Amino acid sequence: MRIALIGQPNCGKSTLFNQVAGYKAETGNFSGTTVTFTESKVRVLGNVIDVVDLPGTYSLAGTNPAEREVIKYLTSNAVDVVINVLDASYLSYGLGMTVELLELGVPMVVALNMMDEADRLGIRVDVEKLKDFIGAPVIPTIASKGRGIQPLFVTTYHIGQEKKLPIQPIYSADLERYLSSLIHDLAGVESNLNQREVAIKLLEGDQEILKDVLQQKPDIEQKLETYNKSLKLDRGQSPEWVINSERIGLADKLAKQVIQQGKRRITFREKLDDVLLHPLFGYVFLVLILFGFFQLVYTIGGVLEAPLMELFEKLEVWILSLFTNDSGFFPQITVALVQGVSGGVAIVLPYLVPFLLGLGLLEDVGYLPRVAFLMDAVMHKLGLHGKSIVPFILGFGCNVPAIMSTRILEDKRERFISAALSTMVPCAARLAVVFGLVAYYLGPVLALGIYLFDLFVIALTGKLLSKLVPDESPGLILEMPVYRIPTFRTVSSKAWWRIREFIVEAWPLLIVGSVVLSIFNYLDIAVYLNTLVRPLSWLLGLPSQVGVPLIFGVLRKELSLVMLGQALGSMDFNMVLTPVQMITYTVFVVFYIPCLATMIVIKKELGAKMMWQIAGLTTLVATLAGLVARGFAMIIF
Amino acid sequence: MNLLDLPKGKSARIIDYRGGRNVDFKLRQLGLTPGRTVKVLRYAPLGGPLMLDVEGRSVALGRGIAARVQVKVSK
Repeated sequence: MRIALIGQPNCGKSTLFNQVAGYKAETGNFSGTTVTFTESKVRVLGNVIDVVDLPGTYSLAGTNPAEREVIKYLTSNAVDVVINVLDASYLSYGLGMTVELLELGVPMVVALNMMDEADRLGIRVDVEKLKDFIGAPVIPTIASKGRGIQPLFVTTYHIGQEKKLPIQPIYSADLERYLSSLIHDLAGVESNLNQREVAIKLLEGDQEILKDVLQQKPDIEQKLETYNKSLKLDRGQSPEWVINSERIGLADKLAKQVIQQGKRRITFREKLDDVLLHPLFGYVFLVLILFGFFQLVYTIGGVLEAPLMELFEKLEVWILSLFTNDSGFFPQITVALVQGVSGGVAIVLPYLVPFLLGLGLLEDVGYLPRVAFLMDAVMHKLGLHGKSIVPFILGFGCNVPAIMSTRILEDKRERFISAALSTMVPCAARLAVVFGLVAYYLGPVLALGIYLFDLFVIALTGKLLSKLVPDESPGLILEMPVYRIPTFRTVSSKAWWRIREFIVEAWPLLIVGSVVLSIFNYLDIAVYLNTLVRPLSWLLGLPSQVGVPLIFGVLRKELSLVMLGQALGSMDFNMVLTPVQMITYTVFVVFYIPCLATMIVIKKELGAKMMWQIAGLTTLVATLAGLVARGFAMIIF
Repeated sequence: MNLLDLPKGKSARIIDYRGGRNVDFKLRQLGLTPGRTVKVLRYAPLGGPLMLDVEGRSVALGRGIAARVQVKVSK
């Protein structure tokens, strides 16, 4: 048996899922889309069943890819019974989608979640009455405390076995007349949906369903047009609006009949926004919170990275000591293998783990939408929306989590621009290059100058990109959830799934990449690599030997400094590079192609096409920025 | 008048809006239906969004969208 959890954003659906899901839960995509769901095996009354956590959607209208996939999934034979999770404290909104689910006519159970919140707001819900209205069981739950979960799943299991259908919602008499005529016309049409739902969707103007129906009954189109016209004339609104209003009207009516509004208790959480969204202090807190978060991730990462790196370096030395000829093929490959492993364990994970825990915490507390609210005006200047600030800030630590955090953005364009720009934010590894080369040899003022120049270039690129890919979204429409104290379980399991994605998908490629490069190195094709990069190094006025460190720098950014010494034959860069070359090289390294781990994550999150676009874009920006920096440096020195 | 004409702390009833299909849907889903009373909780500085109280729930709207929502001050 398979149970699907469905509900609106912030209804506590994922918390509920995490209460029952084991660590074996799998994340998957609906085929051919980036819409993800999570699935887990759960034991109910001694039977193992599948529970699927569908993406949170506000409706089933099919206005975005997630909604469309959810409808398809629910009406395929894959799901036996649906749990509709409702936030009891905002019942009338949630019921809008419940009405849509009733229309679909799939066996369902309502989980009336957040009963404690409702209680705080003085809302009392008549559970029995709601149950009678919809013809499906209603189970009160408090998912964050694990209450009501057991009875919920036991009831759901029974409904799934009985295949008991809920009551179909009935709309106003005039709309019903159109529907029954249309149902009559549809006789004989095959669909995954029930006939009434096909009729509703056709009136709503659902193009996919129309296409499907027209293949079977081409003459429907004309009839539909007649109905549409006359319905529009009757109501003075498009049929789509009529149906939508009917649903909301029904949901409101339902809510009014089952809710008793008592006295509302005002808690400090409602006062919190007065401080955190204050026109002045709001920004002070924003800076403090994000800086604190960044600092914490950076500190924890740093504390863990140093000893881990040391450990792996010792391991490398030990491995090399096992072989008589340590520059042979096998020792070199083994070391590359170890370096691939250590890249994941020692460099990425120490930052990724605390970062993901922290991001989950900020998400579940409800602070991220507030960040969007505060930063919307500023980010608009870059052609982006408020939420895009998050990847930028995280990028200073490591670009990998920065790319992952673009998930909080719904819009594809927004994700692309934010991802592209955040790969240009100098991460900790590039900081090492800036410090090791420019700050050390030429002084900290110039290093700071490079940072400021970097921010300027990012802003400029953002401006240009947003001109090239114009914004079609009309602006911010965002719900601000109530502040909540998250459970450790929800935050940690969310972090765990994301970490596992990195381990399973990105890490193996990192190891392979490391080995491939070492084979290049062993075969001594450095000369060819240098020749390959020569047009670029010539253009930037750099010695031809920089080709190898630049190519290896793609693997790990700090290698572009470490290997520069090897390539030029001296770690005293004053002897081998002019100040102008140092600045040009550093600026180029800061911008060009993001490191392999970042590229893999971009591919995973945004697809291969965008990965190559970002790689191309950053190389172009790096070259242009390098040329500008070279010009400036020639004036200074 | 539209939502932007409403000062902080004032309530008004939504009369109508037109914003294109997806915008309309989203506004409705978040409870901004004609006939409902909303209250402006705060404006973000520098031309940023405004935050509304819609029957106890907070919703942020960009100014471009807010300008398209016609309201009438409740007596």
